[in-house]
Amino acid sequence: MAVRTSPTTELAARAEPVLRGRAHRTLWGDAFRQFRRHRMAMFGLVVFSLLVLATLIGPAIYPRPINDIDLAHKLQSPSLSHPFGTDDLGQDILARVLFGGRVSIAVGLAAMLISVMIGTLLGALAGFFGGFVDMVIMRLTEVMLSLPQLPLLLLVIYLFRDKLRHAVGPEMGIFLLIVVIIGGLAWMRVARLVRASFLSIREQEYIVAARSVGAGSGRLMLVHMLPNALSPVIVAASLGVASAILTESALSFLGLGFPPDLPTWGRILYDAKDRLDSAPYWALAPGICIFLAILSINFIGDGLRDALDPRRSSQ
Amino acid sequence: MTQFVARRVLIAIPTLIAISLILFAILHFAPGDPFGQLALNPDIPPEVRLNLRKQLGIDDPLPLQYTRWVTQVAQGNWGYSFVSRVGVTTLIRQRLPTTLFIVGMSYLIAIPLAILIGVISAVKQYSWLDNVATTFAFLGISLPSFFTGLVFILIFSIWLRWLPFIYSTHLPGTGLTYLWELFKHAIMPIMVLALLEMASLTRFVRGAMLDVIGQDYVRTARAKGLTELRVIVKHAFRNALIPLVTILALDLPAIITGALITEQIFRVPGMGSLLINSLEAKDTPVVMFIVFTYAILVVIFTLIADILYGILDPRIKYA
Repeated sequence: MAVRTSPTTELAARAEPVLRGRAHRTLWGDAFRQFRRHRMAMFGLVVFSLLVLATLIGPAIYPRPINDIDLAHKLQSPSLSHPFGTDDLGQDILARVLFGGRVSIAVGLAAMLISVMIGTLLGALAGFFGGFVDMVIMRLTEVMLSLPQLPLLLLVIYLFRDKLRHAVGPEMGIFLLIVVIIGGLAWMRVARLVRASFLSIREQEYIVAARSVGAGSGRLMLVHMLPNALSPVIVAASLGVASAILTESALSFLGLGFPPDLPTWGRILYDAKDRLDSAPYWALAPGICIFLAILSINFIGDGLRDALDPRRSSQ
Repeated sequence: MTQFVARRVLIAIPTLIAISLILFAILHFAPGDPFGQLALNPDIPPEVRLNLRKQLGIDDPLPLQYTRWVTQVAQGNWGYSFVSRVGVTTLIRQRLPTTLFIVGMSYLIAIPLAILIGVISAVKQYSWLDNVATTFAFLGISLPSFFTGLVFILIFSIWLRWLPFIYSTHLPGTGLTYLWELFKHAIMPIMVLALLEMASLTRFVRGAMLDVIGQDYVRTARAKGLTELRVIVKHAFRNALIPLVTILALDLPAIITGALITEQIFRVPGMGSLLINSLEAKDTPVVMFIVFTYAILVVIFTLIADILYGILDPRIKYA
């Protein structure tokens, strides 16, 4: 808001009634409007929020122990006292699914943050400096892309699981290991996206202008370029959460993720898979949760893409 | 063209060397011993064990082991498995056909169907067919293979009792009975993989087609009076094939690592389970073979994709 009334603001004030029909528009405001119009994306947002909410406050509302062994009540079908039934150790499946979701979603978010940070940093450096730096970073990206992801993950986890368990304790150790490895092997896409944006932004006039008034490299990258390169990163990040949750579930499903006393959706599914014939409900509960989480995030990502990609927004 | 291929192969060599070094180093510095089991076996005298270790060179320093591996591989010798003590290539020859069959069949089903559905979806955007296809694609992408596999087993093996849920390579019967048994064993793993591949590929084909259909040359083709089929197939689809080639080039090398999870669910004795067992046992030669072949395949398929770009779109020059 201008303090002094200048002729232009007066003009603007007089023009106001004419423009009133049109709301003040910003990039993010537009994106939000566009996103809200995307029905599936809003549906995804609601479902995912509900899942997050359930895993956050669920264990408080439904306070059942997740690790108490009660062999007298093992493998019971869903009933009033155990809405999702019990597993082969008599543990309540609903309580385990609620708690497991917390771990699964935390892994997804943390791994995504790591991969986005590594990818943005490397992509920004490559796109900004070009030349030798660009060549080295892009070569590294290429090498990482030529390695099969899941086998490499398995390899590193097999080989370093025990070492880390001794170093920082079983639960935190495996959490850190899984998050760092999933994130550390998934940054290549983000790096390429950020590099491509930086390459084109670097040549824009406002960057030349900022540079000519003495902005340093760090400031140029952080303040002037990064905000303009964010849209594709946000889309990639949302989908990154889904793929990190999937990867963790796959690892746990192969028996390589979290220990049984720290359930995640994938781990519960792994424990349930050999009792499909007698206790199908045991596998269905965590499986449907994974499905809903991935589906809702995919819808959110689709909506974000439509909202943030100027090429796609038709209106 | 020859020059292009030669240059690309030359560029790929340092990448491949870097990959093999990284893998070798990880395997070398990792804890665990492929002979851990052997040491516990009281029937094997320590001298034999030491002799064997010496023979396979397990305790040599890393640079020596690595150079030995490189010289062997350059001569086409992939070494011997530490665990089963047979040649790596023999081991692969036992496992690869099963994986090629399962994964290959799933691609043969998924790719044509995905192209067909994706193209129709794009041409008739927002029609009921497009909506159904989109919904199914989203469901398919969001259903992880370990869950689809379990649901299939639950429905077809446990409730309906139609299909066996453990894959077997030793099937009874000959001729038609054999084929029928093979079908019953293979259909579930194939379908799990095909559904997953089809879902993401359909979305992809649809997106690529939508990008192309709005272009001026498609309108021009229509204005010339060409039939709609000709416009879609010859003018639009040919250009939509370029991103499709890119994505398939990235997907197809996975055939060598096998379908890790799906093979685990149905206990398919393919490359995936071999890889998991070898990783568990720290069986360096086998792991190196599988992962390194994967890297080579990535290089080859990327090269094929680049050559195909030029064929699909003559404006693209080999540079």
